[in-house]
Amino acid sequence: MSAAPADYSVNEMMIAASARQLEGEKVCFVGIGPPNIACNLARRTVTPGLELVYEAGVYGADPQRLPLSIGDPTLVTGAVSVTSMFEIFSFYLQRGLIDVAFLGASQIDRFGNINTTVIGGYNEPKVRLPGSGGACEISINANRVFVIMPQSRRSFVEKVDFVTSPGHLAGRRPAEWPGGGPYVVVTGLGIYRFGADGIMYLSRLHPGVTVEQVQDNTSWDMRLSPNLATTDPPSELELNLMRIELDPEGIYTR
Amino acid sequence: MSDGDSDGGKVTSMHDAVAALVRDGDTVAIEGFTHLICFAAGHEIIRQRKRDLTLCRLTPDVIYDQMIAAGVASKLVFSWLGNPGVGSLHAIRRRVERSDPAPLELEEYSHFGMVSRYTAGASGLPFMPLRSYHSSDLPKVNPRIVELESPYGDGVVYAVPPLNPDVSIVHVQRADKDGNCHVWGFLGCQKEAAFAARKVIVVCEELVDGRVIRSDPNRTVIPGLVVDAVVPEPRACHPSFAQGYYDRDNRFYVAWDPISRDPAKLEAWLEDWVYALGSHKDYVAKMGAEAWARLTPDQCMSEPVDYGAYSPG
Repeated sequence: MSAAPADYSVNEMMIAASARQLEGEKVCFVGIGPPNIACNLARRTVTPGLELVYEAGVYGADPQRLPLSIGDPTLVTGAVSVTSMFEIFSFYLQRGLIDVAFLGASQIDRFGNINTTVIGGYNEPKVRLPGSGGACEISINANRVFVIMPQSRRSFVEKVDFVTSPGHLAGRRPAEWPGGGPYVVVTGLGIYRFGADGIMYLSRLHPGVTVEQVQDNTSWDMRLSPNLATTDPPSELELNLMRIELDPEGIYTR
Repeated sequence: MSDGDSDGGKVTSMHDAVAALVRDGDTVAIEGFTHLICFAAGHEIIRQRKRDLTLCRLTPDVIYDQMIAAGVASKLVFSWLGNPGVGSLHAIRRRVERSDPAPLELEEYSHFGMVSRYTAGASGLPFMPLRSYHSSDLPKVNPRIVELESPYGDGVVYAVPPLNPDVSIVHVQRADKDGNCHVWGFLGCQKEAAFAARKVIVVCEELVDGRVIRSDPNRTVIPGLVVDAVVPEPRACHPSFAQGYYDRDNRFYVAWDPISRDPAKLEAWLEDWVYALGSHKDYVAKMGAEAWARLTPDQCMSEPVDYGAYSPG
């Protein structure tokens, strides 16, 4: 099965663009869902030496198949180290050894505050989402946080319904705490970064996407980079890895 | 549980262990992070129609969706509520979003918060400090997460209280009759949950001689010292897994989604796979040889280590 680069899905573009963000990184804490595919794609393309850390308690995983969950047995066999969860969160994360953490999100605001807890009020939820998992402490302690998520007016919101994982907003974390907060956000439309004031701006558009589309799918006035660039489309190699090896059933990529 | 049988040690059946050690109203933790989740124990609790339990787990997973749908619990203490890699736990969501068929009280943390709670409980400490929760809304909805000045003047941390379950149920790969346990693969919070609990039920894939345990003491995660009952119950984790014994049944987790969405389908599933069966042996047989063959991994042995023998003189 070989893929014509012109023929790819929005999710394939989002995951390929996310994987490329990991070029040159060393230690990556991997979140569940699309981040899991992006990190495993990066390890097969731009960053073969990437050490994958999973909250289940593994450092230096070498998965031979894409784990559906982030607690799959393939993450154990052949790993550098399997640890207790206390050690992963204390000695690796809180100690400041995580370069990058890749997280998903249901809602995000312009400061990179993330909600994965609830849509509506906490006590009268319209939709009860999974909650923090490790995301709250990961967002606080990882040196940099990368976010991958689908973009719409319902996900790029003026104010998140619940701050599960804090971004750059007021009450910034204490100076002696290690984390630097959200660094990049990758969606199906483009790639976003954060200014010195902690506010998100559009850095790159994916091929065929317009600024107008970005604005239509954002609940605030999105700032634009003065050097707005275009993402390269997914390569044949990236598409084949996603379609044949990483997500043959298309759970995340179609 | 040892009822005077010195040869059998603490070995008992799942039925007898649950009947003797789990009481209505108890705080119960069936731990295991994706790995070693003892579904068979949850099913036995459902069969015995225990009520008003407070269920604790980092990830409630499909087992608590089943137990909460069956009406055994009134409260859930957790940190990530989903069907891992698939989506939602719909029976729990119905209770949280619509009190359908009854409300469910929630006490919510992050993973590190839950891990720290078990660690405080296992260590006999009044709280555990951690660097999390700053500028998050979690402390606003859970007053048991408290901001604290470091007594050494180097800033703030957050405190979480100890979690000491009345009963922790932990699955392990192998145990001896006294409850000394070898575990490998993801360790989750099995050790912390066991040391934190007032009573511990160990469920094992294999019951082995004490010499097997002593041949590799670094692999002993839980000592019999804290264990009350040992239940030999192979394949008790399905659709979760036991590293080296059987794979995670991802197809089951995907198939659970439409069952969990429909209360009638869920009730029928509980009838067919829990109430109608006498024990987990019936469940294993009902799954069939083909399913077990699909879930059996190839072998991948570790290199042995030499502990050395140190005789006197």
